[in-house]
Amino acid sequence: MAEILRQESAAILRGESTAILRLDGITKRFGPVLANDGIGFALAEGEVLALLGENGAGKTTLMNILFGHYVADEGTVHVAGQELPPGQPGAALAAGVGMVHQHFTLAENLTVLDNVALGTRPLFSLSSGRRAARARLRQLSEDFGLAVDPSARVADLSVGERQRVEILKALYRDARVLILDEPTAVLTPQEVDALFATIRKAVAKGLAVVFISHKLGEVMAVADRVVILRRGAKVAEMRTAETDRHRLAEAMVGAEIVPPEVPPATPGEVLFRLDQVSVAGSPGLRDASLALRAGTITGIAGVSGNGQRALADLLSGLAFPESGAVELKGSALADWSPRQAVAQGIARIPEDRHATGTIADFDLTENAMLEDYARPPMSRKGWLDWGRARKRAEAIIEGYDVRCPGPSVPIRLLSGGNMQKLILGRVLEAGPAIILANQPTRGLDIGAVTYVHRQLLAARERGAAVLLISEDLDELRALSDVIHAIHDGELSPAFARGEITVKELGLWMAGQGGRHAA
Amino acid sequence: MELIDILLSATFWAAVLRIASPLIFATMGELICERAGVLNLGIEGIMVAGAFAGWIAVYAGLPLWAGVGCAFLTGVMFGLIHGTLTVPFGLSQHVVGIGLTLLATSATYFAYRVALPEVSSPPRIEAFQPTGWPILGSQTVLTWAALATVAITAWVLFRTPLGLALRAVGENPAAVEAQGLPVHGLRMGAVAVGSGLMAVGGSFLTLSAFNSFFFDMVNGRGWICIALVVFGAWMPGRALLGALLFAGFDAFQVRLQQTAIGAGLPYQLFLAMPYLLSILALILMSRRAEVPAALMTPYNKGER
Repeated sequence: MAEILRQESAAILRGESTAILRLDGITKRFGPVLANDGIGFALAEGEVLALLGENGAGKTTLMNILFGHYVADEGTVHVAGQELPPGQPGAALAAGVGMVHQHFTLAENLTVLDNVALGTRPLFSLSSGRRAARARLRQLSEDFGLAVDPSARVADLSVGERQRVEILKALYRDARVLILDEPTAVLTPQEVDALFATIRKAVAKGLAVVFISHKLGEVMAVADRVVILRRGAKVAEMRTAETDRHRLAEAMVGAEIVPPEVPPATPGEVLFRLDQVSVAGSPGLRDASLALRAGTITGIAGVSGNGQRALADLLSGLAFPESGAVELKGSALADWSPRQAVAQGIARIPEDRHATGTIADFDLTENAMLEDYARPPMSRKGWLDWGRARKRAEAIIEGYDVRCPGPSVPIRLLSGGNMQKLILGRVLEAGPAIILANQPTRGLDIGAVTYVHRQLLAARERGAAVLLISEDLDELRALSDVIHAIHDGELSPAFARGEITVKELGLWMAGQGGRHAA
Repeated sequence: MELIDILLSATFWAAVLRIASPLIFATMGELICERAGVLNLGIEGIMVAGAFAGWIAVYAGLPLWAGVGCAFLTGVMFGLIHGTLTVPFGLSQHVVGIGLTLLATSATYFAYRVALPEVSSPPRIEAFQPTGWPILGSQTVLTWAALATVAITAWVLFRTPLGLALRAVGENPAAVEAQGLPVHGLRMGAVAVGSGLMAVGGSFLTLSAFNSFFFDMVNGRGWICIALVVFGAWMPGRALLGALLFAGFDAFQVRLQQTAIGAGLPYQLFLAMPYLLSILALILMSRRAEVPAALMTPYNKGER
């Protein structure tokens, strides 16, 4: 590893540019877990380096060490030749390292200007220097094409705008190295394009950018060089010009990935229909129309927080429509609760498996019977049948490849992927007619993602109607027979497989669909 | 008619300011703590300790202003206890606050007995006298200081980088950390200074409103201040308004008891009036108040 680093550093030094950032042998342990194992790389001015790896590969840990949020057990960080003292974000900032966190670090009740100016002046100076700060912020906005109103409250901004504020925060402090942690996770395709344009502008001005991602397409599009992490260690380093998506994916996962075959659909009757349905909430749903057919997967594309929750709540019995007609298996919906949704054979894979999918301190047996503990065969005459419950849990562990020490361990000890497999087993085992899959692959590694996809496709083959809500457009386009975009509680018309481009879908996701129709 | 007479009398308004002054100090103290994200329920006990510390210092021969200083330092000390437990250790702010109130109150009464084992009634001191200035001449200089505290608090919070950092640390400590500022340092500082102001509020009772120290003299004022911070929507100016309003109700009910209307009614009703009206005002005013988003949320580096 050190050898590669030396060569790379030498290559940078031979060229016209110099290493602005250098990480050497960074090692970090969290208890028994080795999060970073002797990772090192160098970065030149005017270069975009992608840090590629699956969830849990150690990307964010590495960047948190670089920025001083964590202290490394071993290893050093040099910025422009100077070693950074460990564990001091202030020192990293002063050296010109700017970081845009995956979870934004903005104070929502403060204005954009206040957020940007925070900590840029000595604490005990008597004036806030707000006028000068405002002028400088405006200048930076113009220079980098990051339009945002300095007086706006952050709480009133869209996710894309908040990200611009984060980038401006770094630029305001004369960042020379800009770290972007999973910056595209929350953006529409158009916003991603705008972000890439900003990155190119920044690089043209001599900044160095570290782009953290697990999305291969974006890495190929924006980066000059890629460092690939797997299980905390650097496994490869290559130039994007000399590689392709396939090789990156293999290096990232450590095995060849075979995406599941998607056989042609055999659509059956409509099992669930929404006709001009509105659901209260912000944003809720507005006049949404939708039909879930047996044997198909219906995809919902949208940036999170655009009404997906209301739609999922409606299907899972947590919300009742304010207006419009809901039809379940041909008859109008009357009395509606989560219990009835389960009784009607609606399987639910919840958005947040930790918060609503499982009970962390319950064991696998208990979690496997959460939906029907009160009915036979799980209980009879008011008594739980633990023998059967345990058998079911064992069957799920066996049938869905849940890696765990056994059915009596608390589920919180399982990885996200294995937790999701248990949920899949719980909901799919009964052979449900309708499946709500809300962000079923969020945060899972590629192996687990492929597994979830296969299971959903198998359910579709069996004749189930699947509603797939996701932020991953690649996933949606691969699996969905019919796709809708959702924006601010409004559903787009249905588009059949292959009928819509990513670009058009992006416009619908931004609420501008149809207006630009060719 | 009598009601209007009360409102027009100069003594009524003098009483309003006198009753409001300790509340103003302590409310500003609590507001500073909460703006930085720390709910300080030690306020009631800190006020008791401040009342005693100021008074005993002056009784021991120190000048009045040194008494105020002693009260402030006593508050800072209790604030540092609170801050140490709630900020770096991240313990429950409710439990620590209530515990601190019990500790400070009991320690004060204990100290009183130790300092004055023989006396049957507490000795008197020479308290602050009315200034006699053309404006508000019946008030002591401490009331002026209370009003100045409001202005200074507002100015620091909204016009200086320190205030911005304090507000931000109460909204999102992660943002403060990401900008390279010390989250724990800012919160500790806010709790220390805020607690100091609470103690000064307590000392107003012994150094200005009265000239001696009694058990139970703080009598729930600390809890009122917590409500006033909510009433004021965490804004110093509005909190001042709240303190004046509460003091107004209080002064009014005392005078109302002495009128013909008051003679026929049980006096407990009048005593309850300021509290009932405050609850009503609180309900009306605090509907759209914006709570500091990170209030009561401890921050630990490296956690999300």
